[in-house]
Amino acid sequence: MNHDFKDRIVRMSGAAVEKCMRCGKCSATCPNYGEMEYHPHQFVYMVERGEVERLMASPSIYACLTCFACVERCPRGVEPAKVIEAVRLEVIRQKGQNYLKPDDIPATLDDDLPQQALVTALRKFAK
Amino acid sequence: MQKIGVFVCHCGTNIAATVDVKAVAEALGREPSVAVSTDYPYMCSESGQNLIKDAIREHALDGVVICSCSPRMHENTFRKAAAQAGLNPYMVEIANIREQCSWIHKDKEEATEKAIILGRAAIAKVLLNAPLTAGESPVTKRALVIGGGIAGIQTALDIAEAGFPVDIVEKEPTIGGKMAQLDKTFPTLDCAACILTPKMVDCAQNENIRILSFSEVEAVSGFVGNFTVKIRRKARYVDETKCTGCGLCTEKCPVKKVPNEFNLGMDQRRAVYIPFAQAVPKVARIDPDWCNMLKNGKCGLCSKICTVGAIDYKQQDTILEEQYGAIVAATGYEPIKVDRYDEYAYTQSKDVITSLEFERLTNAAGPTSGTLLRPSDGRHPHTIVFIQCVGSRCTPEKGKTYCSKICCMYTAKHAMLTREKYPDTDVYVFYIDVRTPGKNFDEFYRRAAEEYGVHYIKGAVGKVAPRADGTLDVQGSDLLMNEQLHIRADLVVLAAAIEPSKTARPLATMLTASMDTNDFFTEAHPKLRPVESPTAGIFLSGACQGPKDIPETVSQASACAAKVIGLLAKDKLTGNPCVAHSDEWMCNGCSNCASVCPYGAITYEDRDFRMPDRTTKTRRVAIVNPAVCQGCGACTVACPSGAMDLYGFSNSQIMAEVDAICK
Repeated sequence: MNHDFKDRIVRMSGAAVEKCMRCGKCSATCPNYGEMEYHPHQFVYMVERGEVERLMASPSIYACLTCFACVERCPRGVEPAKVIEAVRLEVIRQKGQNYLKPDDIPATLDDDLPQQALVTALRKFAK
Repeated sequence: MQKIGVFVCHCGTNIAATVDVKAVAEALGREPSVAVSTDYPYMCSESGQNLIKDAIREHALDGVVICSCSPRMHENTFRKAAAQAGLNPYMVEIANIREQCSWIHKDKEEATEKAIILGRAAIAKVLLNAPLTAGESPVTKRALVIGGGIAGIQTALDIAEAGFPVDIVEKEPTIGGKMAQLDKTFPTLDCAACILTPKMVDCAQNENIRILSFSEVEAVSGFVGNFTVKIRRKARYVDETKCTGCGLCTEKCPVKKVPNEFNLGMDQRRAVYIPFAQAVPKVARIDPDWCNMLKNGKCGLCSKICTVGAIDYKQQDTILEEQYGAIVAATGYEPIKVDRYDEYAYTQSKDVITSLEFERLTNAAGPTSGTLLRPSDGRHPHTIVFIQCVGSRCTPEKGKTYCSKICCMYTAKHAMLTREKYPDTDVYVFYIDVRTPGKNFDEFYRRAAEEYGVHYIKGAVGKVAPRADGTLDVQGSDLLMNEQLHIRADLVVLAAAIEPSKTARPLATMLTASMDTNDFFTEAHPKLRPVESPTAGIFLSGACQGPKDIPETVSQASACAAKVIGLLAKDKLTGNPCVAHSDEWMCNGCSNCASVCPYGAITYEDRDFRMPDRTTKTRRVAIVNPAVCQGCGACTVACPSGAMDLYGFSNSQIMAEVDAICK
C-alpha cells in the first residue's frame, strides 16, 4: 500500500475514508454514475487501501461533477466528492500547477458547457 | 496509639508485574502506627481473607488498609471479612494500586513509589475513620410499572405472580403498546395479537395488578423502598367504572373523520372511540380535540345512547398519590420521523411508507382489512422495494448512531409474507449488512432469500422519485454487481430507525435515573447489572434501555421482575452510612446545600438554640435525611461555613490523604 499517497489525499480532502461503512449510498445517489470507470464508493475504498495511482490514471476523476450529492447523502459523513477532488488535485500538482486561474475562465467559456460545470468551477475557485 | 494492618495484594501479575509488592509492604510497614504489613498473591481469595482476619485478631487491629484493586471490586469482600473478625467494616480502607497504578504505568520503580504513596494516603485516612453503623429503612411492598407495552405487561405479570401488588401506568387509553400494532412476529410468524392479548387479559384479571390507563407519572419523590409517586389520571370523559365497552357510542358518534392513530392515520375513527377490539381496559374515550359537545356544547349524542350512563363531559384530570417500593421504567420506543430523508420522497408519495405502516396494511384489523393495497390508489402493488437502515447507523447529524437491531428481521418477515401471499410480486431488499443474530434468526432470513425468492441487493438507495404513471423510480446501487440500478416500484417500505419514547427523558429526570446521549436509560452495569438503573430502586424493562425485539424484551422484562421481587421480598433495607450530616452550630441556613443536592435529601428546620447568655435563639438549619442521601458529597463542598461533612469521607480525612500524598 502506498501510504504517502493515501495520507496526502486524506489530508488534502479532509475526508474521513475510514468512516465508510460500505453502504454504497454515494454511488446510489451519483447522477453521473454511468460515465465513471471507478464509482464514488470505489474512490473511497481504493484511497483507504492506498490504490491512488490507479485512480489518478482513470478519466473518472474528470467525470465527477462535484455536485456534492454523495457528500450530502452519505450517512457516515465521509464526503466522497472531496476525495475525488483531492485525487484530481494530486494529478494537477504532478503536472506542475498548470490549472486554470480564475481570470482565464471567461475566455475559455463555451456555450455548450454544462451549467453544472460552471457551478463546479465557481465552487472550486471561489475561495 | 492505633494499630493498623496493611495488606498488599499481587493480584496475580496484574499488580505484581509492575509494582514491587514486597517493597510496598516493607515501606508501609515502617509507617508509624502500622502494626503489621504483608503481601499475598490474591487477597480476595478465601485464604487471603483469612490472613486479614487472623491479623485483626492476633494484633487487635483498629484499622485495615488493603492495597489492591478498585474498591468497586472488592471493598465489600474486605469489609465483610473485617466484620467477621470483629472489626467495624467501615474501618477498612482500600488503596487502589491496580486501576490507578499498575495498569496505567510501565516503569516498575515509579509504579512502586506511587503504590507506596497511595498506601500512605490510605493509612492517613484510616487513622481518622470512625466506626459506622448502617441505618435501616422499611420497604413498601408494591411496584409501579411505567409503560404498558409487552415489556411492562410481562414485568407486571411476573411481579404479581410472586404475590406483590403492581400498578401499570399507561399513557394511552389501552395497554398493549407497539406489539398490539404488529401483524406477525418473527421468527415463528405467530400473530402478534394472538400471543399478546391473552397477556393483556391476564393483567386485567390478575387481582394483584391495577391498570391505570390513560395516566401519566407527574412527580416522583422518595428513595428505594419508599417512593411516593403522583399519577395524573387524564380525563377520558367516560366513567371507567361504568363503561361496558359495548361500542354503541363509537358507532353513533357523528364525527367520523378523525385520523386513527392505531392505524397510523391510514383510516379514520370517531371522536369517541375504543382504540382496538381487544383493548384493555375496553373503555371508550372521547377525544376533546374533535368532540362537538366538548368543543362547543352541541351534540351530546353519545350520552343519550349510552345505556349505563358512563359518558361524563365534565370529567376532570385527577391526581392519584401512591407509595411504591420499586419503580420499573418500561417506556419503550417509537419509530423516528422519516420526513427529513427527502431522498426517499416519504412526504411526496403516499406509496412510500414505513415498516410499521406496512404492518397495519397487512393486518386484518388494519385499514385494508389485511389485503396489501397501495395507499395511493388501492391497487395491488406488484413490485415492492424495502430499504433498510433508514436513519440507523448514521453520524449524529444524519440520524441515529446505533443499529436499530430489529429491522433486518422484520424486513425479512415482510418480504417473506408478501411473497407467500402474493407470489406474483417482485420483492427487493436493499441492505448494508444483514444482521440476524438470534435463535433461528439467520435461518429465517435465509428462508426469505432461498425459499421465497426475495431479491436481496447489497447496496443503498440514493433516490426515490415519483413518476407520472404513479410508480416510483428507485435509484440504488448494487455493490456486488458494481452498477447503479433503477427499479420501477409500486410501493417503497422504509425500515425507520427506532428511538426511545419522547416521554422517557422527562421521566428519567423525575426518577433521577441516568440516560445516554440517545435517551436510552443507562443500566447500572452493561454486563452484570443490565436491568437495574444506577439509581437504587429504579429498574429497566424493554426497549427503553436499548433496541430490542420481542423475545429479548420479554426475557429482560422477566429478569427485571426478578430484581424487583428480590427487593420487595425484603422487610428492611440496609442503608449506606457514608451520608452527609450538618453541624447545626455552624450552619447558617443559606440553602446552598439544598440547591446542589441531586436527591432532595436536605430540608430546613427552625431549631431553638440555648445561647451562652442564657437566651434562646431560633435559627434555620439544614437537616439531612440519611435514608435519601446517597453520599455524593456535593453539599460538603457547597457549604460556605463548613457545617456539612460526610461520614466516612470527612473533610479532615480527605485533607489527611492529600497531606500524606504531598509529604
